[in-house]
Amino acid sequence: MSLPDDARRATTLGGLLLVLVLVVGCAGSRRATAYQWDPSIFFESLFAPDPRIIRGVLLTVAIAVTSQIIGVVLGILGALGRVSRVRLIRWLASGYVWVFRGTPLLVQLMIIYYGLLNTNILRWEDIFIGDFRIEAAVQAGIFALGVNEGAYMTEIVRAGIIAIDPGQMEAARSLGMTYGKAMRRIVLPQAARVIVPPLGNEFNNMLKTTSLLTILSVQELFVTFQILNANGPLSFHPFELFLACAIWFLMLTTIWSIIQAQIEKRLARGVPGAPPPGGPGLASRLLGLRRPSADIAPVTGAR
Amino acid sequence: MVEVGAHLIDVVGGSEETAEVVVSAIGVHKSFGQLAVLKGVSLEVKRREVVFICGPSGSGKTTFLRCINHLEKVDSGTIRVNGHLIGYREEDGRLVEDREAAIARQRREIGFVFQRFNLFPHKTALENVIEAPIQVRGQRPSEARDIGRTLLIRVGLEHKIDAFPMQLSGGQQQRVAIARALAMRPSLMLFDEPTSALDPEMIGEVLAVMKELALEGMTMIVVSHEMGFAREAADRMVMMDDGQIVEEGTPEHFFTEPTHERTKAFLSKIL
Repeated sequence: MSLPDDARRATTLGGLLLVLVLVVGCAGSRRATAYQWDPSIFFESLFAPDPRIIRGVLLTVAIAVTSQIIGVVLGILGALGRVSRVRLIRWLASGYVWVFRGTPLLVQLMIIYYGLLNTNILRWEDIFIGDFRIEAAVQAGIFALGVNEGAYMTEIVRAGIIAIDPGQMEAARSLGMTYGKAMRRIVLPQAARVIVPPLGNEFNNMLKTTSLLTILSVQELFVTFQILNANGPLSFHPFELFLACAIWFLMLTTIWSIIQAQIEKRLARGVPGAPPPGGPGLASRLLGLRRPSADIAPVTGAR
Repeated sequence: MVEVGAHLIDVVGGSEETAEVVVSAIGVHKSFGQLAVLKGVSLEVKRREVVFICGPSGSGKTTFLRCINHLEKVDSGTIRVNGHLIGYREEDGRLVEDREAAIARQRREIGFVFQRFNLFPHKTALENVIEAPIQVRGQRPSEARDIGRTLLIRVGLEHKIDAFPMQLSGGQQQRVAIARALAMRPSLMLFDEPTSALDPEMIGEVLAVMKELALEGMTMIVVSHEMGFAREAADRMVMMDDGQIVEEGTPEHFFTEPTHERTKAFLSKIL
């Protein structure tokens, strides 16, 4: 019997996979006898969480939101720079994207916090607002995440701007608007519609990327669980703890996707192919399903 | 409240400009890279005059029109609108490109209607019309809405005031675009092939609005192939070919006894 090449390769691969699963399974089952599986730790971390967990959730959200806002502002500025008529500004914007997109965020974090600290170029200090303390490491983390994010947002916003018909800018300017006003009133609001879906991706990522701040010992959500796992009454239950940790993150990203759907619905104003009032349901949103195109209102007349 | 029966121009109060010569272009040259599109175009348009520019495609008529409101920079030559140099200022006998705000201010006086309408798709018909009066002229929103609504009624869109562009036919969109330009009280209207993106049955409704404007005494320069309409509405015909004006005259003269060979050839093809 001769099988086509692809099929033969697939069976070989399947066989290897099976062996791997068996080996891991055996090793796992032997360990499992020693592991004190305690589901209550999992459920307590979710439904009756330690105050430290709540603080971790809040800190993660605060860092992600602040960093993303910085990223969006820098992204809009960067994108305007990238499409500027002044060559020097174009170069500066491109250089910014080049550097911050081209190096690992982890390395940027090390340079921005420890690097600047040890060379005495910039010493991050805790900020007190009344009794409320913003730690030095949190500030450095937000700064690094925000500036890094700005590089990605620059390209996303630029894509949104160049997706808009140049006739829009011409029409706005022929009505006496300056470049800046035409950008602000006509081009950017339309670009926003193009920008929001990838922005949603970015913020989803941002919520999770905050756990990189572990190297600055910022006690966000992930580090909190690491600490719980390392000492205290819950220690050495990594499976239950990190499963709960994952579900906390999943809750955050889920809430965000609901918010994002609302934003997209708002921006769909006057756009051909916009979903009918009500928009896609939550289930199809989360699963990434698209409505059949038959729902799209017909566009009358010449286009 | 503005009277609905009023002239289109009166709805917005008309322009404050009273210059007798509205457009004066002298020796306009323009190239795109190696390609010379305009090779010394001179044209004078008086107040209340309606000038039609025709000619084969690639003859430079659209480019010339776009130079008049500085959507394109001229390489040499001058264009004045109401006596003001467009896009440039004179410094020690040399021409320097104007600052952006100055150019924007000049464009308020010049309405431009595009072939593909270029309505703002995220705004309703009324919002399209009132955007510039409020944002650029600083008109009070209530007043702008009042005038905008009247303008839209006057161009026959009383049922489409709150419709988005994508809900409108091409002819309706172009009428909104004309209303949008008029709302800025221009002293000059430029039309760049306003009907060539339209289905045939929608051309008439747009031409009707343009004809009304012409009769009311709006100064207009129209790039169009609608020769039947030109014969009715134009005061003067201009024939362009290969970046130059080859013939000018009254419609009567132009259509019945064209002198230039290229005009004859063009008219025989298009009529």
